[in-house]
Amino acid sequence: MGEEKKKKKKERAPRQEMTRQDPKKRIMNFNEVALGYSEETAVIEASRCICCPKPKCVDGCPVLVDIPGFIKLVQERKFVEASKMIKETNVLPAICGRVCPQETQCEIVCVLSKIDKPVAIGRLERFVADYEAAAGEIEMPSKPEPKGKKVGVVGSGPAGLTVAGELAKMGYEVTIFEALHKPGGVLVYGIPEFRLPKAIVAREVDFVKKLGVELKTNFVVGRIATVEELFEQGYEAIFLGLGAGLPWFLNLPGINLVGIYSANEFLTRSNLMKAYLFPEYDTPLKVGEKVVVIGGGNVAMDSVRTSIRLGAKETHIIYRRSRKEMPAREEEIENAEAEGVIFDFLVNPVEFLGDNEGRIRAMKLLRMKLGEPDDSGRRRPIPIEGSEFEYECNTAVIAIGQGPNPLALSTMKTLKLNKWGYIEADWETGKTSMKGVFAGGDIVTGEATVIEAMGFGRRASIAIDKYLTTEEW
Amino acid sequence: MNQIVQKKRIAEGINLFEIEAPLIAKKRKPGQFVIIRIDETGERIPLTIANADKEKGTITIIVQVVGKTTEHLGTLNSGDSILDVVGPLGQPTHIERFGTVIAVGGGVGHAVCYPIARGMKDAGNYLISIIGARTKNLIILENETNAFSDELYITTDDGSYGRKGFVTDQLKEILDSGKKVDLVLASGPAIMMKFVCLMTKEYGIKTIVSLNSIMVDGTGMCGVCRVEVGGKTKFACVDGPEFDGHEVNYDLLLKRLATYKEEEKLAYDKFMLKTKDK
Ligand SMILES: Cc1cc2nc3c(=O)[nH]c(=O)nc-3n(C[C@H](O)[C@H](O)[C@H](O)COP(=O)(O)OP(=O)(O)OC[C@H]3O[C@@H](n4cnc5c(N)ncnc54)[C@H](O)[C@@H]3O)c2cc1C
Ligand SMILES: Cc1cc2nc3c(=O)[nH]c(=O)nc-3n(C[C@H](O)[C@H](O)[C@H](O)COP(=O)(O)OP(=O)(O)OC[C@H]3O[C@@H](n4cnc5c(N)ncnc54)[C@H](O)[C@@H]3O)c2cc1C
Ligand code: SF4
Ligand code: FES
Repeated sequence: MGEEKKKKKKERAPRQEMTRQDPKKRIMNFNEVALGYSEETAVIEASRCICCPKPKCVDGCPVLVDIPGFIKLVQERKFVEASKMIKETNVLPAICGRVCPQETQCEIVCVLSKIDKPVAIGRLERFVADYEAAAGEIEMPSKPEPKGKKVGVVGSGPAGLTVAGELAKMGYEVTIFEALHKPGGVLVYGIPEFRLPKAIVAREVDFVKKLGVELKTNFVVGRIATVEELFEQGYEAIFLGLGAGLPWFLNLPGINLVGIYSANEFLTRSNLMKAYLFPEYDTPLKVGEKVVVIGGGNVAMDSVRTSIRLGAKETHIIYRRSRKEMPAREEEIENAEAEGVIFDFLVNPVEFLGDNEGRIRAMKLLRMKLGEPDDSGRRRPIPIEGSEFEYECNTAVIAIGQGPNPLALSTMKTLKLNKWGYIEADWETGKTSMKGVFAGGDIVTGEATVIEAMGFGRRASIAIDKYLTTEEW
Repeated sequence: MNQIVQKKRIAEGINLFEIEAPLIAKKRKPGQFVIIRIDETGERIPLTIANADKEKGTITIIVQVVGKTTEHLGTLNSGDSILDVVGPLGQPTHIERFGTVIAVGGGVGHAVCYPIARGMKDAGNYLISIIGARTKNLIILENETNAFSDELYITTDDGSYGRKGFVTDQLKEILDSGKKVDLVLASGPAIMMKFVCLMTKEYGIKTIVSLNSIMVDGTGMCGVCRVEVGGKTKFACVDGPEFDGHEVNYDLLLKRLATYKEEEKLAYDKFMLKTKDK
């Protein structure tokens, strides 16, 4: 017995790498960087999983995907079945396989990581989802008995899409109201093509539509209709999945100079409006030779990597703490480094300087040092007095975070908000202070992740069904 | 959806479109605008809702050709559709009975002024309208404005119609006449609004301007439309587009409007080349 165990350990293959586009080539295009597993590498990677009877990885997953279950099916080369198994709990595996922070969720707790590298759960998830899609028609669930009740979903990000899909499957008549002209939320306007191809998002949206969900784009709730008016139109429950779409700017002199963008504007122009295809597409996006992106999260990495592809000669990340405190995924930091991004740590802007035409020409930066950990557990940056210096740049992107957009919320006088302006809702059910109104995703949690927004949506859909069945609030 | 039911050329390079948009027609208030995108490769551009017909379910926009998108729009005719029309956006004008209101519209800016002026008249104000343009062919909505204005003045830079001079010349004359004026509305080129406001500030008359900053989403999500009002940053699409004209930083507005000058020219030239080929 002991002998056998030892033998097995020896045979374990190393964690399988995923091929990626060569950095030199990929900075010239917007195609996806990671190219995915082949069938063979997927099976080898899956074989590394020991299919723990009490799998730790599942506890790490916000929606409790049956990870060893699907990996076992990959071992048996039942790829389509594996994808279907994931979909029982996670309806967007092709997206999550690409953008979930597995390294802090399921993979970090994988038992293998104690002795070796963890199983590449995300890469396997991505592989089976793509395999199923490539294999042809995605099977639709059988048509449910209609409930004869209408539900309105505001916002078509991962939270809204999940709620809509789940309720449609239960037989509700669901309408999604989306402010922009394209559905998908951050998945279409924020996350770049080279990390998440928009064709994949479109495929998932299409699936939700095929379930019978009606999609109304160009519909800004709070302007064209208020939530009260939606109730009057016969919607019996409303789910708010508005996201955290309000860009924060730095309150510094010169912040409105030409050439200073919010990450939202920068990414929206590039992703949603396809400025990277200008002039084939009409929307322009101007980047100078030297671009600086202020911030250290995923949004900053996406912005800086977009700017390289738009032709910037020199690109910098300006971050006020050190590399260790950066909230971006390790993989994205590595990708940025490979693409030639220069990281400037422990500096913080205090002023933006313009030329005669009002364009940014430089910033004033202040050097920082690290002090005691703050509320977030990261060491607090402390300014070093008198360390100011001028730093040339022609484009700056502010990627220091987003908040709740008050546009719809300000029209709902009885909706309780927390002190940061996010909706106060029960994290188990999504129930808010207004009867019949549920909320979930970033508009409740603050900036989080795709999978958390989905998980929230899923829980809310169950609560909405319960509410509409029992009429108890 | 969003079908054009009527198109009219109402002045040189200025087109009027009546578009099917029943929900927006019902909901919109004076001062609000829509954002349109003509087709899949198109840009999103903001346009004021100049008029709306609730019964017919249509809105009217009046558009001056200044670049690629407005030129492209000008090639569309009744029966054609616009891919995306979203609105109503922006804060409606605060309309009440102020007393005497002067509405100053410069060029196509009068299309922005027009619905607000009408709202002011409907609220019982004594309404004086001033329409200004470079030349006679560029004057819009004269008869329509005349129909509800208590007084109407026209100015042209070249004197081809109405008074020769700028809108500010006419405005000064009225203010100097000793008439008690309670509010001035101004919409037009940033430079015109700047000079109107310099003047009304001197006379101590509250002035509301409608700003035309560059926009993308129109919902407060991107921040490209930021303007400085009273030293504070505001988003024109959600906090405006109307602001206290005495507090606006016009120089910043002008500079930000010029952000994409080169790219706009490129897009325009490319479009003209393509239409010439056809
Ligand atoms: C650039 C960027 C990169 C990211 N990278 C990752 C990543 O790699 N991995 C990860 O897990 N997470 C990532 N995130 C975070 C993740 O995208 C979000 O947590 C997630 O999208 C939140 O989903 P949501 O459904 O709550 O909201 P959103 O995706 O923000 O969608 C909200 C939708 O509601 C619409 N809306 C808002 N107001 C109204 C209104 N009044 N009327 C109608 N519609 C309205 C919006 O237009 C939008 O489409 C990233 C975020 C950004 C910005
Ligand atoms: C709230 C608001 C209401 C407006 N109402 C009207 C109206 O009723 N009638 C009318 O003719 N015009 C109106 N405008 C201006 C109109 O949006 C621009 O003329 C139009 O976007 C120009 O597009 P283009 O492609 O033809 O020209 P471009 O060549 O792209 O630009 C010409 C100039 O227009 C401005 N501009 C460019 N892109 C945008 C954009 N996305 N948003 C705003 N301005 C831009 C810039 O100053 C630019 O230099 C309004 C603008 C705002 C903000
Ligand atoms: S913890 Fe790791 S080894 Fe265990 S089941 Fe999950 S992925 Fe497989
Ligand atoms: S246009 Fe994007 S915030 Fe105003």
